[in-house]
Amino acid sequence: MASKVIMPKLSPTMEEGQIARWLKKEGDKVSMGEPLAEIDTDKATMEMQALADGVLRKILIKDGEAAPLGQLIAIIGAPDEDISSLLNESPAPAAPAQPTAAPAEAAPAEVKSPQLKAVPQGNAAPQGNGTQAREAAAAGRLIVSPLAARMAAEAGIDLRSLQGSGPGGRIVKKDIESALSQPRAAAPQLRAVESRPYQSAIVAGASAYRDEPATEIRKTIAKRLVTSLGPVPHFFLTSEIEMDRAAEMRKGINALDPDLKISINDIIIKVTAAALMQHPEVNASFQEKFIRYYEQADIGVAVAIEDGLITPVIRAANQKSLSQIAGEVRELADRARTRKLKPEEYTGATFSISNLGMFGIDEFTAVINPPEGAILAIGSMSPKPVVRDNEIVIRQVMRVTMSCDHRVIDGATGAKFLQTFKKILENPLYLVV
Amino acid sequence: MAILTIREALNQALREELARDENVFLMGEEVAAYQGAYKVTKGLLEEFGDKRVIDTPITELGFAGLGVGAAMAGLRPIVEFMTFNFSILATDQIINSAAKMLYMSGGQFKIPIVFRGPGGSAFQVSSQHSQALESWYAYFPGIKVVMPSTPADAKGLLKSAIRDDDPVVFIEQERMYGNKGEVPEDPEFTIPLGVADVKREGKDVTIVARSLMVPVALKAAETLEKQGVSCEVIDPRTIRPLDINTIVESVKKTNRVVVAEESHPTCGVNAEICTQIMERAFDYLDAPVKRVSGADVPMPYAKNLENMAIPDVNKIVAAVREVAYLD
Repeated sequence: MASKVIMPKLSPTMEEGQIARWLKKEGDKVSMGEPLAEIDTDKATMEMQALADGVLRKILIKDGEAAPLGQLIAIIGAPDEDISSLLNESPAPAAPAQPTAAPAEAAPAEVKSPQLKAVPQGNAAPQGNGTQAREAAAAGRLIVSPLAARMAAEAGIDLRSLQGSGPGGRIVKKDIESALSQPRAAAPQLRAVESRPYQSAIVAGASAYRDEPATEIRKTIAKRLVTSLGPVPHFFLTSEIEMDRAAEMRKGINALDPDLKISINDIIIKVTAAALMQHPEVNASFQEKFIRYYEQADIGVAVAIEDGLITPVIRAANQKSLSQIAGEVRELADRARTRKLKPEEYTGATFSISNLGMFGIDEFTAVINPPEGAILAIGSMSPKPVVRDNEIVIRQVMRVTMSCDHRVIDGATGAKFLQTFKKILENPLYLVV
Repeated sequence: MAILTIREALNQALREELARDENVFLMGEEVAAYQGAYKVTKGLLEEFGDKRVIDTPITELGFAGLGVGAAMAGLRPIVEFMTFNFSILATDQIINSAAKMLYMSGGQFKIPIVFRGPGGSAFQVSSQHSQALESWYAYFPGIKVVMPSTPADAKGLLKSAIRDDDPVVFIEQERMYGNKGEVPEDPEFTIPLGVADVKREGKDVTIVARSLMVPVALKAAETLEKQGVSCEVIDPRTIRPLDINTIVESVKKTNRVVVAEESHPTCGVNAEICTQIMERAFDYLDAPVKRVSGADVPMPYAKNLENMAIPDVNKIVAAVREVAYLD
């Protein structure tokens, strides 16, 4: 049975694609998953893979020619199969009429499973003003109503993944609402795929793989972290801290009022803020031509979320009580997990903390979140034998590692901060002195 | 409640306020013996006598100035302009004397005066006698500008204007004198200046309309309801001070606005309303604010052209559909 090759949707905003070159000639044998052609989209040149086994019988759109999404561009079939009925079919309707229908059967270059396809597209193509929309898209300018922009920011929707239904392709409230009503992309569908055995037929020697479109948050994490470890000269300081008194204090406070639910992490935030106030040279960031020293300790707290991580910020933690910090951390983390944080709530920290203690990690190093000057990586707390007054005693021990930006913080500077941090955390009464 | 025309409601307000406060007096061209060019002052000469209801010569600048002087001396004049087209002659007294006296006298002289009369478009009286001048007066600090659209509003607002200690320009729409509606009979019924009224509640689009455009907007809202668009119609009633909060609250709910007026678009009251919406509710807008205004031409005499120069139901419907992205 011959199958149609149609112009696939290879980028969220493409409306037509141009054949850069065919990698197979008419009459060549092709197998499923094999590269068939290179296609120029509005963003990049992408490889299109064959979706069927057989012979490339007919090429309808030649090298250098363009076709709208969904249009028949070639036919794959058995060597002597009659393909005249497919050839005689009228060309598929032009792209804007059914941009969401096309990718369902196309776009193999991105993913192998059709279920993974559903990158959220705006619901409808621009009505009437298609030309303007294309012009705007080509110019790289996103047209969006103020309300839609705010709604998208609050819901964590990437506007570039939407197609506006307003005049000139303007993204309006309706488009955000319909994006919100669609199931969120990747995650749940990903699980469905994982549980399915890979089709061994496709595997020819090398391991099978699937390409998962990088989510926007993953792209952002990637972008930010290479701007950290690459250009920012990191060095690391590790210290071992006895946590018995801090743990006791936590227990004592929570016994006074169980509703407070203070965690060790909340105490660490408070102690970090207090230590930063004593070492303002650490509460700083390198700004190329100058070094900026912050007056308050805005502590970023890394929170793992479904498809990445985010660091909500506890503002002026140095001025807040433990119970205020605990309440704020809980509230921000909850909203972080449901992707409801506003940008100002997860940007602009002066110092960050990353805690993997709950995963049983003894110690680790964290990557600085630029332009912050340092980040503290917190390991797990566990009972360890410790020598005290020539005797071995058991203490709750926690290892922390501070990553410093050497352009702002020198070894001794960082060490002094960590010393103060250790002193307060081991004797939390300093917090009230 | 009684069903009255706007004309009758205004007449009631004048009568009640003349009776309530002996410092209140009325003057203007033909207000006494002829009982008013539009019969708003009907019966008042007979009831209150010629010291309280005074015919003036055809000298707008003169009697407006006389009013300002009387207000400085402690009286509460109501100056009727036969139409606001003639108030143009009196603008020096209205703007330079009445509006600025309190400020320039360091608070010594308040000017509790009402300048009232018909304004806006009339029926086929051409360019000089058919125009909306509210943006002229609303431009100046020191003066209040009121434009009622229903008999109840006309009565309640005029009574408040007469009792107000600041100069008030009170513009009655010339085409609307015969419009009927319910009016509370309580002689103490007043409507505070500077408070907008939601004439119709809705959730999809806010239409801000005043004066002649209120009934037009309400008809447009009815038409649109049948098309599945729910419109909220807000009548600011007072142009200065403008109750922008009520408008902004509505915009936050509907995210889309059409502002309708019969006056020219350039430097008009709508332009001011649009700006304030943008300043205060930018993040709530899903579409640019759409203005529907009178044509930017002198009012034509020809009936067909006159009809085209004044916004109608179709124009408002089209504007609402545009901001709702329906067309």
